[in-house]
Formats: sequence, structure tokens, C-alpha cells
Amino acid sequence: MTLKRGHLLDLESLTAEEITLILDTARSFREVIDRDIKKVPTLRGITVVNLFFEPSTRTRISFELAEKRLSADTINFSKATSSVQKGESLKDTIQNIEAMRTDMVVIRHSSPGAAYFLTQCCNSKVINAGDGAHSHPTQGLLDLFTIREKYNIIKGLRVLIIGDIKHSRVARSNIWGFRKLGAQVAICGPSTLLPYEVEKMGVDVFTDLDEALEGIDVLNILRIQTERQDAGYFPTLREYTELYGINSERLKRLNVGFTIMHPGPMNRGVEITVDVAESTDSVILEQVTNGVAIRMAALYLLMANEPIPSREGVLS
Amino acid sequence: MAELIITGNRVIDPYNGYSGPGTIHISGESIERFDPEFISDLGEFENNVRLINAGDKIVSPGLIDMHVHLREPGREDEETIISGCEAAAAGGFTAICCMPNTRPVIDSQEVVRFIRSRAQYAAARVFVIGAISRGIAGQQLAEIGDMVDAGIVAITDDGKSVMDAQLMRNGMEYAKMFGIPVISHAEDMNLSRGGKVNEGYQATVLGIKGIPSVAEDIIVARDIYLSKFTGTPLHIAHISTEGSVKLVRQAKEEGLRITAEATPHHFTLTDDLLKTFNTNLIVNPPIRTQRDIDAVKEGLRDGTIDCIASDHAPHSPEEKDVEFMEAPFGMIGLETSLGLSLTNLVHTGLLPIETLLKKMTAQPAKILSLPYQGFKSGAPADITIIDLNLEWKVDKAEFKSKSRNSPFIGYELKGKAVYTICKGEVVYAESHIT
Amino acid sequence: MSEKKKLIEVMDGPSLTRTITRIAHEIIERNRGAEDMAVIGVRTRGALLAERLVATIEEIEKISLPLGLLDITLYRDDVHTRLEQPIVQKTEIIFRVSNKVVILVDDVLFTGRTARAALDAIIDFGRPKCIQFAVLIDRGHRELPIRADYVGKNIPTSFNERVVVKMQEQDEVDGVYIEKPVEE
Repeated sequence: MTLKRGHLLDLESLTAEEITLILDTARSFREVIDRDIKKVPTLRGITVVNLFFEPSTRTRISFELAEKRLSADTINFSKATSSVQKGESLKDTIQNIEAMRTDMVVIRHSSPGAAYFLTQCCNSKVINAGDGAHSHPTQGLLDLFTIREKYNIIKGLRVLIIGDIKHSRVARSNIWGFRKLGAQVAICGPSTLLPYEVEKMGVDVFTDLDEALEGIDVLNILRIQTERQDAGYFPTLREYTELYGINSERLKRLNVGFTIMHPGPMNRGVEITVDVAESTDSVILEQVTNGVAIRMAALYLLMANEPIPSREGVLS
Repeated sequence: MAELIITGNRVIDPYNGYSGPGTIHISGESIERFDPEFISDLGEFENNVRLINAGDKIVSPGLIDMHVHLREPGREDEETIISGCEAAAAGGFTAICCMPNTRPVIDSQEVVRFIRSRAQYAAARVFVIGAISRGIAGQQLAEIGDMVDAGIVAITDDGKSVMDAQLMRNGMEYAKMFGIPVISHAEDMNLSRGGKVNEGYQATVLGIKGIPSVAEDIIVARDIYLSKFTGTPLHIAHISTEGSVKLVRQAKEEGLRITAEATPHHFTLTDDLLKTFNTNLIVNPPIRTQRDIDAVKEGLRDGTIDCIASDHAPHSPEEKDVEFMEAPFGMIGLETSLGLSLTNLVHTGLLPIETLLKKMTAQPAKILSLPYQGFKSGAPADITIIDLNLEWKVDKAEFKSKSRNSPFIGYELKGKAVYTICKGEVVYAESHIT
Repeated sequence: MSEKKKLIEVMDGPSLTRTITRIAHEIIERNRGAEDMAVIGVRTRGALLAERLVATIEEIEKISLPLGLLDITLYRDDVHTRLEQPIVQKTEIIFRVSNKVVILVDDVLFTGRTARAALDAIIDFGRPKCIQFAVLIDRGHRELPIRADYVGKNIPTSFNERVVVKMQEQDEVDGVYIEKPVEE
């Protein structure tokens, strides 16, 4: 069993077997990061470029740690300090960096498809660290990993994703990932934040939170951004919290042994209350720890794959 | 005495409803005489006459593309009047209408005159379409009277919708005075803001902000009502939705002077293709769903849609070879329009060749009152000879356009213009033909 | 593989057990007992051998040694030149290696690259007092300056042969074989 691709761009194009391989591999890396010396020499001599065109703390640090724990050399690039400010195109930027003999690129960008675009203009292996509202495969994988560690099996679980589905790459990655491993996925949010024909992705769609919570095992609560209020998707944050905020009162009706997830950063008191976020049902910090293991697995599997990256995945 | 004689078994003249054998005698820039018979023995003519025996190929009046963006003035790196006309000739077009969103915008007599003088020696005729509003900014009317004086054939703010209904009404009433139609780029820009592709399942999966079909439908409906109210002929550009085809059909049934055009990409491509993130697929209005394609095809079949236009919109690689959300709208189309129409409409049995040619000659000429009359003595000698069965592959390197932003590169098409004759001159001859 | 191969037995079940017992005695003799000792086996067959070695030492010395299982995949030097990536298995070393006499166990010593990777891996867990290396078979062809402290059997081989160690826990039978390509 190997990963049949040179890039990790989305979860839609991965098979269930490939996802399982990444999760299994991550389990071994989870053991590495729990050691005293949290470092293995696996990617010694490999250079990874972290291209972050959007602000990110968690994902950028998580990737950087994963790379360092695999002994890769890392270069960090963020929009603010780069010549992108001087009007250099993404294509020129990556080709110039690659001319310095780099091997892998991790990219975060606001444009959907930016990671696909990179695969067409450079020879490095590419990992998508979030492209607009399209995809964030390592987030989806770490969510799967966290839940699989807790329940041992994903198949048959009922997962509910709550919030701004329309603008969420986390939602899209979770929907594909959990469905491929056999979970039943539902989404819930104000109808203005549910994208057109989303039910065709194979999810149950709710606008009433209490109805949606019926019989749920896993709750993934998305961050709600204040910009959406300004754009008129809902009247006020107060009303949003009223309708879609998760508090312990609401959770009383849930199955025993449910799990709370949040991709972070949290707006405490808006989409989630402090007591819920810090309850024993919450795996929010566990998600963060597992993120490093998942990213180590992804880096390892892509790099150990084949010497020359292929361009498949682009048209998948 | 004729200088060029074209004879063939399948002469189609949509202006006069003729389909049969024929011989066209051309002298200077006009047709001297048309005889409804095929001359198999060309030996009787003298040596200083050029003869073209079209045999069983189609001989048609020159094709007209009423929706073309020539980037001159302003972006001559993407297209010039000369290069755009060469692309037109290679695609079988002898006349094109250029849209006003150049830099500066075609909103004054000077720009109209500049384009017409540049086009004088080009490989195709260029008819100029002026702006409705100054700078296509949607604020105040452009000097339409002055531009009509300089020769514009219609007005539009194409590329943008006129969002102010009062301004659109004024534009229509003003245009009516000069007897020119108004062309509507129908897009509610509040509904489409930030959108890049059709709002549908694909946009949902790809996480790209969509442009809903209702953004087009609403403005088509509004402009039909404004046209009815003002009595000005209205032409709907690049119709792309099931809803707006229905609206135009109803308006025609009511007897209103509404016409419409469809582009080859809107009857060929669905938004499913977007998963390749090919920026050459980004176009406005966006490529839509199979349902919309079916509606557009039905509109073409039942006559709701009067003509085919390419919406040829050249862009440089620097503009298109970027992240998906950064790429501008538009694709080139002059050199693939006829091939796509023949392949997808005629060879599939949807339209007889006569009907297709009518949508590419007599109907646009009628909408814009262009000086064409088909194969008659004294008419302009603009002729296109088409090989219906020539199979060819769209090759990036062969484009005469200065730009290469076509999603059809690599497509296998059947049917192509093999001779284009403009003002009595052969401006394009397929290299495989001797 | 269409190419034919034949297996030649070089060690049967009972002699494999006798060999493990002999190595256990040598380890105890050389270290004057088994105090502060730990055994770490390289996955997969080395780990099984290590388990048996721990059991044998317990029988002799009545002392239960900590057992660690090591996956050396992450320490290999050929990660990005191989065509197929090996599956990474879990490493389980739940005791402190610092100041211990670590007996590293593997089934076959060949180029020495696996042993090199295993040494690096163990040192990442701490600073052992010393590391001693026990192998069942030494087949020669070293590519690194590495030698074993305890050798079950030296078997000279040619490069295109393969040494196959079978163990009951995994293969239902104990024994060591040489796989030779058969010339047609």
C-alpha cells in the first residue's frame, strides 16, 4: 500500500485506503512526538517551503514543527515580507524559490485551486494547507485521526458540522473525509451560509440546531467570522449565538459519549461556550497535537513516494 | 469584367433564401452577378480571372460575429484591430462588431473614427459598437448622437450591466431616436459580486463564490420590460440561462422587438469542467449546467436565439496564468466559433446548415442594419467557403489571434472555413487546400 | 516473480532454539549477570527473537528484562530513493534506555545499514551505558564498519541470495533458509 500521488491537494480525490494509510502512519508519528527527543532523521536533506499567503498561526506552526521533527530544512514565506508586495506573481515566486533547489511546498492561499495551480508551474511536491473555501486536507485528516483514536472506527458515526458551511474549507474537507470512511454527515447553519446544492455532497442539511443534534456522536463547530455579519449573511452575532451557539444546555439532549471538535481559533461565547470547549467531551487540544502527527505522516508519505513528482491529481 | 469567379454545387444565401448550385462573379469590392448554376468547365474564362471551384463545399455570404472584443486601443499586447481581423478571417468571418470596453472606452467620436481608420486595411470589416454610458461607468450617457454620426451600429456597456434602470431607459429612448438597437449585458451586479463561476454544485464543491443564473434572468426581464416601454429594439448578448431563454421566447411571442445571441461556449461547456481549475474557463456570463445548455440549444433550434456570436475576449498569459480567483473573465472564440457550431449544432442534427448560416449572416446583419444583401449584383463581395467535413484539431500554435486563452485547445472539430473573401480579396485560405 | 527459486535449510527448529539459548548464556557471561539490562528487537523478526531471548534469560537468571520493539523505517537512509515506501510501524520503548546495557537484536546482519539506523534510533531515546548487538545470522557483505557481539551462525552467501528466517509466531515454523535463484 502506497500513496498513489505526488501531491496532497484535497480529500475528494483520495481513496478510503489512502486516507487509512495516512491515519495509520500518523499513529506511528504520534508516538514519535510523545518521546523525549521528538525528532527523527527521516527527511534529512529535504527542503520544504512554507508559502503562507494568508495569516495563520496554528497550521503554519504545526507544519513547521512536523517538518522540523522529520529533520527537513524549512523556509517560511509569508505575504507580508515577500516580493509579492512588489507585484510578483505566484508563478514567478514559486519558480524563483524552486530554482534554489527545494523539494516540497506547503501552500496556504485565499484562492481556491491555488495548490493545483502550483503543481502546474513547479516540480516540487505540493501540500495544500488551505485554498480559499475549497479544501484543507490535513485539517480533515487530523479530525478523522482524532475521532478514530477515540472511537476506533469511523464507519457508522454520526457527525454534525455547525456554522458557516459556505465559506469553510474545513467543512468541505470533513464532508469528503468522514463520508469516505463511512460516517453519516449532517450540516447545520443559517440557510444564507449553506452553499447551493450542498445536499448533493451526500449530507443531511438542517437549519434547526436542536433538530440537527438528535442522535449525533461528533460535533464539529466552525468558527463564525464577523465579516459575514457585515456582508449581510445574518443580522447580528448575538442572533447567531442565539440560534447556533453551542452551550451545555443544548448538549443535554445528546448521546452519551459525544465529542466536541473545533478547528480553531475559537470565538468563545459566540459559536461555543467556554464550559463546552473545556469539557471532558472536548478534543479540541487533542486535535492540535494530532495535527503535527498527521502532517508528519503526509510529508513522509509524499516524500518517500517516488523521486520525481508526478502531475496526477491535477485533473482528478 | 469579373476578376474573381466562385462556383459551387452548394451555394447557400440566407439573405435571399437560396440554396443550390451557383456562380458568383466578383468585380472589385462587389458582386457583379450571381448565376444559379454550377460551371464545371472553367476553361472558357480568360487567364487574368481568378477561379475558385468550391465543388461540394458550402459557399456562403461572409460570416458576421457581432460580439468581439478587440483590445485596441489600450491592450495592443492582447489583440490589435489587425490581429483580431486576421483571427476573424481565419475563422471564416468577414465582418465583426467590436465592443466598447477598450481603453479609452468607445464613448466618443474620436475613438470610433480611430478604430474605423485602423480597420480600413484589415482582413475583415469592423463595425463599431459604442458605449451607453460615459466610460461604461453607468453614470451618464455617452455622446451617442456623435458616435452614430461617426458610424456606430449599436450601443452597449458590455462587460458590465447598466445597473441604473433609469439610465438604461434613457439610453434606450436616446438610441431609438437614431434607429440603433441597444445590446444588453444582463447581469445583476449585486447578485454576481465576487462571483467567478456559475453558482451550482461545482461552485459549492470547489468553494468558489458563484454567479447565480437569476442574476442574468432579472436583468433580461427588466430590459425586456424597458424595451417594451420605450419601443426600442433590444438585443440580449451572450444568453446563458434557461430562465432568460424562456423570457426571450415569451417576449417574441408577444411580438416585442427582442433578439438574442448565444456563444459557442454556452452551448458546449458545462461547469463540471471547472474542477480542472483551468482559468481559460472563466468567462462572464459563466459556463453553466447541462440544463442551461439544453435550453440554449432549444432556443437556437426554435428561433428564440437569433444568432451566434463568439464574445471573443483575448487575455495575455500574464493575466490568465495566475491563481483562479485572480484571473479575468473571457476566452477567445473567433477561430473556433464556426467549428464548434458545425460540430455541436449541425453534425448532431440540431440545426440544418442553412439555419446555422442564417444565424451567422443574415440575422446579425438585420439586427444591426448592416449593408449586406447576400448574393446580389452590387452587394459587398464578402464570401466564406466552408468544408463541412474537414476534421481538425484546435492547435494553440495556429491561432492568428495574439492571445491563446482558449479552453478548446486540443478539441477535435469537424467543419471549417477554407476560404474567406472580404471586399473581393481572398484574406484567408486553408493551407491544406491548393 | 516468474524467476524460480529454491530454499535450502541451514538451521532447523531445535537448533534455532539451541542457538538462542547459547546467545543468552553468552550475554549473561559477558555482562556477569543481567542487571540493568534491556533488550530491543528490530521489527519484525528481530522483535520476535528479542522476545524469546528475554524469556530465555528469565529462565536462567530469574530476572524479567524490559523489552522494546523498534521500527527503524524513519531512520533509513533510502527514504526518498525507494520506489515503494515501507509502512511505518509503531515503536514501543516504554522504559528509559539511559544507563542501561541495551542488547539490540536482529535476525540477519547483512550490509549493516539496518543496524546503523537502529543505533541512531536508540540513541534518540537516551544515552545507554552501552549497546551490544546480537544477530541470529551473519551473512557478510558489510557496507558499514559494524560487527555483531553475539552471532548465532555465520553463513557465507552470495549477494543475489536471500536469507529467510522463519519464526513460529509469524510463520508457523522455526528455521533459517537460504533462497537461491535457480539457473534454467
